[in-house]
Amino acid sequence: MDWFAGLVKLLTGVKGVWHEVASEAREQRIYFANHSSHLDSLVLWAALPPAQRARVRPAAAKDYWGKPGLRARIARLFHAVLIDRARDQTCADPLGPLDEALTTGDSLIIFPEGTRNPEGQVQQFKSGLYRLAQHHPKVALVPVYLENLHRILPKGWLLPVPLTGAAVFGRALTLESGESKQDFLARAREAVLALRRT
Amino acid sequence: MDPITIDLLTCLLGLLVVASGIGALLGFTVKSEAGRNTVANLNARIRSWWVMCLIFGLAMVGGPSLSLGLFALTSFFALREFLTLTLTRRSDHLALFGAFFLLLPLQYYFVAVKWYGMFSIFMPVFGFLFVPMVAALADDHQDFLARTAKVQWGLMVCVYGVSYAPALLTLEIPGFTGAARLLFFLVCVAQLSDVFQYVWGKLLGKHRIAPRISPNKTVEGLIGGIASATGVGAALYWATPFSPLQAAAMAFLVCVLGFFGGLTMSAIKRDRGVKDWGTMIEGHGGMMDRIDSLCFAAPVFFHTTRYFFTP
Repeated sequence: MDWFAGLVKLLTGVKGVWHEVASEAREQRIYFANHSSHLDSLVLWAALPPAQRARVRPAAAKDYWGKPGLRARIARLFHAVLIDRARDQTCADPLGPLDEALTTGDSLIIFPEGTRNPEGQVQQFKSGLYRLAQHHPKVALVPVYLENLHRILPKGWLLPVPLTGAAVFGRALTLESGESKQDFLARAREAVLALRRT
Repeated sequence: MDPITIDLLTCLLGLLVVASGIGALLGFTVKSEAGRNTVANLNARIRSWWVMCLIFGLAMVGGPSLSLGLFALTSFFALREFLTLTLTRRSDHLALFGAFFLLLPLQYYFVAVKWYGMFSIFMPVFGFLFVPMVAALADDHQDFLARTAKVQWGLMVCVYGVSYAPALLTLEIPGFTGAARLLFFLVCVAQLSDVFQYVWGKLLGKHRIAPRISPNKTVEGLIGGIASATGVGAALYWATPFSPLQAAAMAFLVCVLGFFGGLTMSAIKRDRGVKDWGTMIEGHGGMMDRIDSLCFAAPVFFHTTRYFFTP
């Protein structure tokens, strides 16, 4: 899949930019990023060095990526962890599959806003990131700002335009002892926003 | 390949060897911290010059379609940098898509088939109208004029302007068969003018021309740069359809327009708060940083040559 990652980087012009975080480290990580395009998971995945890429799994919405056909095949190809956004009675613990993946030693790509935002602004984070941080204190939480992806392939369009994007990686966070859910989620969101360059 | 073109390319090779020699010499002699940084940047620029000259030289030797392909790619990368930096909205997606995949290829197609009546008006007429028409369909009035103007500017500067360089290959000048050398003349003078302005500016620069837009452009650099590049242009008259005096006048025209191209594109960069358009070319920044002078010089050089030297 290395050639494919190279192709993605060439076509989207996306470069990985590493700020105060080692690109090559082999530790288990949760990459959390802003979400504005279907390309987000793909370019984040492509921007990772091969050692990290091999063990990372993107979280994806079951109601969208679980649909049989092309979407489900793409999801399988990238070992996506499908999660339930519906939160109805049938699904008591939507984070279950993510917990499982972390327990088996995989890294994750998650988008804590929960949905794509059309003009590239960053919404409040949902609580999943906090819960995962509680359950898996050893896993490094790496903030990522995905630049320009909402312009390369906006919500509602099928074809991308060849602008240049970037995946900016920041210093890993940890959940402080006694830190409240609101405080942590606000801090995590700030960490993503701080990586914005323009 | 005709002997005059071989001579030209040999001159270029010699120039690069001399530049690399000077760069290496400075690397040994300069000791101060700031000086070393300048020399490191200079050497990075010279290394990139080798690559750019190699690609350009191959395109010259390879014939018109290769040159055309090279400039189409140049336009593509420049437009990419331009539109990445000038912010557009989600509703511009279709207009952007059309700019990259419809208008850009069509402009170069019309140059390729030598359809002067079309390629000389395509962007200012059809491109100009296409962009707002498509943008209006998106039903978003916020910043409409500014958004469409950005895309129109990108197309005019990065595609239309640059396409006039390979369009020189379509000119039929009586008694002159080396159209590729005309292209060489334009690119060489425009680029040398930039280099000489940089060098004279570093050596003697005192009076800044527009410090808020471009802190490195000085009166001394401008005069020295234009004089030197005009001199080189005049000295290259034997490869062109021009007499020495005509060659000097044409080179002067290219230098002046090149200067304003650089200044104008710098103003856009500064407004967006960046120093370079991109990171594509080591030591130089992006593609747009390297060809900003050409964008302005090429159309005027083409039309002047066409008006005075073709029947």
